[in-house]
Amino acid sequence: MSSESAVDGVGEDSAAINAAGDSGEEPPLRVENLRKEFGGITAVDGASFEVADGSLTGLIGPNGAGKSTTFNCITGVQEPTGGAVYFNGSDIAGRAPNAIVNRGLVRTFQIARELAEMTVLENLMLAPQRQQGEALYRSVLPPFRDGVIEEETELREAVWESLEFFEIDHLAEEQAGNLSGGQRKLLELARALMTDPDMLLLDEPFAGVNPTLEAKLLDRINQLRAEEGLTFLLVEHDMDIIMEHCDPVIVMHQGHVLAEGRPGEIRNNERVVDAYFGEQR
Amino acid sequence: MELYARGRHLLRDQPGLVVVAVATLLLVGDLLGKLLGDGLTAARFGGFVWDGLVIGLLIGLAGIGLSLTYSILGFANFAHGDYISWGAFSGWAVAYLLAGIDRYAAGGLLLIGAGDGPAPGDVGVSITNTPLSIVAGLVVAVGFTVGISLLIDRAVYRPIRDADGITLLIASIGVAFALRYLIVFFFYSGRQGVTDISRVPSYDIGGVVINAHELTIVVIALVLMVGVHLLLQRSKLGKAMRAMADNRDLAQVTGIPVEGVIRTTWILGGGLAGAAGYLVVLTQGTIAYDLGWLLLLLIFAAVIMGGIGSVYGAIVGGLVIGLASRLSLIWLTGDLSSFAEPVAFGLMIFVLLFRPEGIFGGVSTA
Amino acid sequence: MSSDQFQTGRLTQFRELLERSDAALVLTAMAAFYLLFLGIGAILNYDVAGLISILGQVTFFTAVYALIVLALNLHWGYAGLFNIGIAGFMAVGVYTMAMLTAPPTGSPPGLGLPVAVGIVGGMLAAALVGLVTALPALRLRADYLAIVTVAISEIIRLTYNSPAFSTFTLPGGIALGTGGASGIGTVPSNPVQAIYYVDPSSAASGTTPIGAAIFGFFEAVFGVVRSAVIVDLTYGLVLAVVVFLVYTLLARVGNSPFGRVLKAIREDEVVAKSLGKDTNRFKIKTFMLGCALMGLAGVLWQGFGTGAVYPQAFRPELTFYIFIAVIIGGAGSNTGSVLGGAVFANLLFLLPQYLPNIIEQTFSIQADPNNFIAAVGPIAAGEIAPLLGYILNQRLPALRFVFVGVLLVYLMQNRPEGLLGHRTETAAAVNLSEGHTAAEQTGSDLTAPEGGVDDE
Ligand SMILES: Nc1ncnc2c1ncn2[C@@H]1O[C@H](COP(=O)(O)OP(=O)(O)OP(=O)(O)O)[C@@H](O)[C@H]1O
Ligand SMILES: [Mg+2]
Repeated sequence: MSSESAVDGVGEDSAAINAAGDSGEEPPLRVENLRKEFGGITAVDGASFEVADGSLTGLIGPNGAGKSTTFNCITGVQEPTGGAVYFNGSDIAGRAPNAIVNRGLVRTFQIARELAEMTVLENLMLAPQRQQGEALYRSVLPPFRDGVIEEETELREAVWESLEFFEIDHLAEEQAGNLSGGQRKLLELARALMTDPDMLLLDEPFAGVNPTLEAKLLDRINQLRAEEGLTFLLVEHDMDIIMEHCDPVIVMHQGHVLAEGRPGEIRNNERVVDAYFGEQR
Repeated sequence: MELYARGRHLLRDQPGLVVVAVATLLLVGDLLGKLLGDGLTAARFGGFVWDGLVIGLLIGLAGIGLSLTYSILGFANFAHGDYISWGAFSGWAVAYLLAGIDRYAAGGLLLIGAGDGPAPGDVGVSITNTPLSIVAGLVVAVGFTVGISLLIDRAVYRPIRDADGITLLIASIGVAFALRYLIVFFFYSGRQGVTDISRVPSYDIGGVVINAHELTIVVIALVLMVGVHLLLQRSKLGKAMRAMADNRDLAQVTGIPVEGVIRTTWILGGGLAGAAGYLVVLTQGTIAYDLGWLLLLLIFAAVIMGGIGSVYGAIVGGLVIGLASRLSLIWLTGDLSSFAEPVAFGLMIFVLLFRPEGIFGGVSTA
Repeated sequence: MSSDQFQTGRLTQFRELLERSDAALVLTAMAAFYLLFLGIGAILNYDVAGLISILGQVTFFTAVYALIVLALNLHWGYAGLFNIGIAGFMAVGVYTMAMLTAPPTGSPPGLGLPVAVGIVGGMLAAALVGLVTALPALRLRADYLAIVTVAISEIIRLTYNSPAFSTFTLPGGIALGTGGASGIGTVPSNPVQAIYYVDPSSAASGTTPIGAAIFGFFEAVFGVVRSAVIVDLTYGLVLAVVVFLVYTLLARVGNSPFGRVLKAIREDEVVAKSLGKDTNRFKIKTFMLGCALMGLAGVLWQGFGTGAVYPQAFRPELTFYIFIAVIIGGAGSNTGSVLGGAVFANLLFLLPQYLPNIIEQTFSIQADPNNFIAAVGPIAAGEIAPLLGYILNQRLPALRFVFVGVLLVYLMQNRPEGLLGHRTETAAAVNLSEGHTAAEQTGSDLTAPEGGVDDE
């Protein structure tokens, strides 16, 4: 695996680092020199960063900085043009999205991708991993079907609990396509959490969500970090949230990482201020 | 070392290409062996090549229209084969009528010998015997098929212009069956002789026998192809078509008259399909209601091979498919000769799997 | 006045029943078709045996169409796999069955294995061909998949049609064959015959005790002495049971976590993958299961039903018919598939076969011109009979194709969702709202469920 990336001429010394053993512990997510080109456009241009275990790391940057594309490349939705992505130490760049999810790395989409013609309940029931009934023979053959039904009953309770927490239980039987923009974002987040991940990549999850619920969700995120050791990478345009909750914060600009540090440092970084607020001034 | 690494990369990235290259090399080697030994005479080989060129040109001709509608309208038109059939029937009805009107009743001639109409040997249509009726038939074939294409676009596709490709594809399957069996309704369902082969002169060129009808086909097909080339390169509408074939959405926002371009596409594609159908009968000597359908998969093969949306690709793809289906007969002898068509289909599946953007690699040349 | 009201009340009740109960819907439709064809039999002065025979036909064609449409619905309706090579997969099923079971002394020779082995073998072979198709092709865009599957179906047909495998010898000296263009005439007899005859392959071999009892009953009560119609009707009923079993199987597939993933794939494959589902595996399994069922349909229809297997039966026209049926019923709904199959089989397939007789008998048309000009020529003289004669006697099958083609276009333009395709069936093995109350919660900012549904 590592020899292959060496042939490609990217991530040259990653193999060496792995072999030698990093001084610190291997972070859950490490992105190295990630590149993504669309025809002539370079959306991600050699981005490198790490996300520490149990952190709520912020990823910010002006529109078009390449944040969503970075997410797509990390989660296998798009194949990176170059670079490496290490999740818990193994290179996952270019792998199928489902294989990455199976390892515990799950994402939400910036523009919510609810399954519009399925009910809210069905959307959530889909998420749990390794369901017995996903094997065709178990779903169909009488001796196994009882087990499937039992598991479905258990999942149903978990799903309703989640719906109640996200305050969308009154919409349970509604087609997901009929939900409002904010409700869709909630569904998306609830669905991602139902997969029981180790790490979540959230692409602007609070867009259109009302402030009270937003606070509640942030509490939940912090609770999951504290109690279950989940790691979060959060793309967000609301600076108040970033400054208050995220540590550290990574700033992307024109496809690469411009700065990285504590919220306070970032706020006072000349280059960040220029890049971020340049066009508004 | 360098070479080895490159080879390994190629094998990983383009396994299909490697398999094709190896297979082609083996076949060419075997072919040379056969030619040098006494497995295959040069004349027989030349005959296969010539047959392949003739059918290949026709496939290419018909493929231009399919390729253009595929990219500009965004769906695989399964009725294209039946436009071809209608071109054949409309054209030959008129050619028959003109060739035999002095001796036979118009009815039997117009139906190309349906019921107890006159037999092909009696009417005696051939390029040397009745050249004018052959040309008139070609003109009618083109005109009639253009008419059908426009009519069907108006009635079927235009109301669902914005539907997805699969909806349009299914609608085109409906059109295909309606058109195909309308031929049966008016004409007949069997295969029937049309031209008077006995009176077609043939020439022996170094052992390869070429007949006048095949020559006619090659000349007409080349003239039409050059015409299309000039139209696309020189005229304003042609440029608009190329733009739309390249990128439909972009063309739409840059103010190209979309409906106008679509109309031109049908006129061009339908006309060429009609001509191809008419000419196919000239080489086969027989006509059948499903002749277009039987060709359609080969045409799809050519179009996909050449890259959807590419006119020149369709022509080259047609030649490749035509040659492949005839040259395969070098190996498929005896009972196996019935596998010439499956071989061409197999080739198409192979291209779809390993190079869905066409063998010329997604460079749209229009 | 009040009796009128009473009647409309009954009618609404009945409509509600149909909307609630799929079984009632299908049974009502079938009752209507049976009545229709009994009426046709009566018009044509059939005797009781003739009427039983017509009912047997209705049952047979409804069942085989329902079966194959259900299989296609699994591909297209459930998983969004646009397979238009159905005829090819049916051919693989029935050819394999025939080659496994035909007598070794026959022409072409077969392996002479038991019928059950033949049926299972046919399904497995179709599933395997499905696997070979699916492994590479499922990565393709829907329209490319369509072209690949139709090409494979033609390759299959041309292979069976080719003289090359007309008879061939397996390593070990066992002879076997496809029969080339003339096919296999020595298909094992319909297994239902075993109920009635001592030797299932021959009606002359004498009747079994059950056979004697049933034939005796029909003879005594209805005066029917043609035992073949009873056997055919029995086969139709057996097929109806098979349809019910397949329906149940597919309903289970749909109402399960497996079906939920298929539903997700159909809507947005990227999302399904982003929730950890290996979508290719789901698609391949679904494709293979569907192909096996298509193979089964081939066996039951062209194998035991028609009794002769030949390549021309598997032209793309067959695929086209089945597609129309699934679109009529509405892709995505199993009940819709059964209904679509029934509507197609009875109204578009069987009815046109009886129509000419009825019209000719009613209007006593004798003319039978053999070409179009001879048919329309006399219209100038005010005679329309020759044209009708031409249509009815010469070109009705062709016109049926034209009509069905136009119907397909009409459906795509106006009702692409078919009769029941708009229905949504929840994909789960249990009732997801049991023990919870979604609707009663207050604070709902969405319109009440009723209003939302009625608008559309
Ligand atoms: N599929 C694509 N094809 C071509 N260009 C793309 C594609 N996806 C993204 N881009 C381009 O890549 C760049 C980065 O886009 P990206 O969506 O990653 O930005 P972002 O940081 O998420 O912005 P925002 O804050 O607005 O969501 C943009 O210039 C965009 O136009
Ligand atoms: Mg973004």
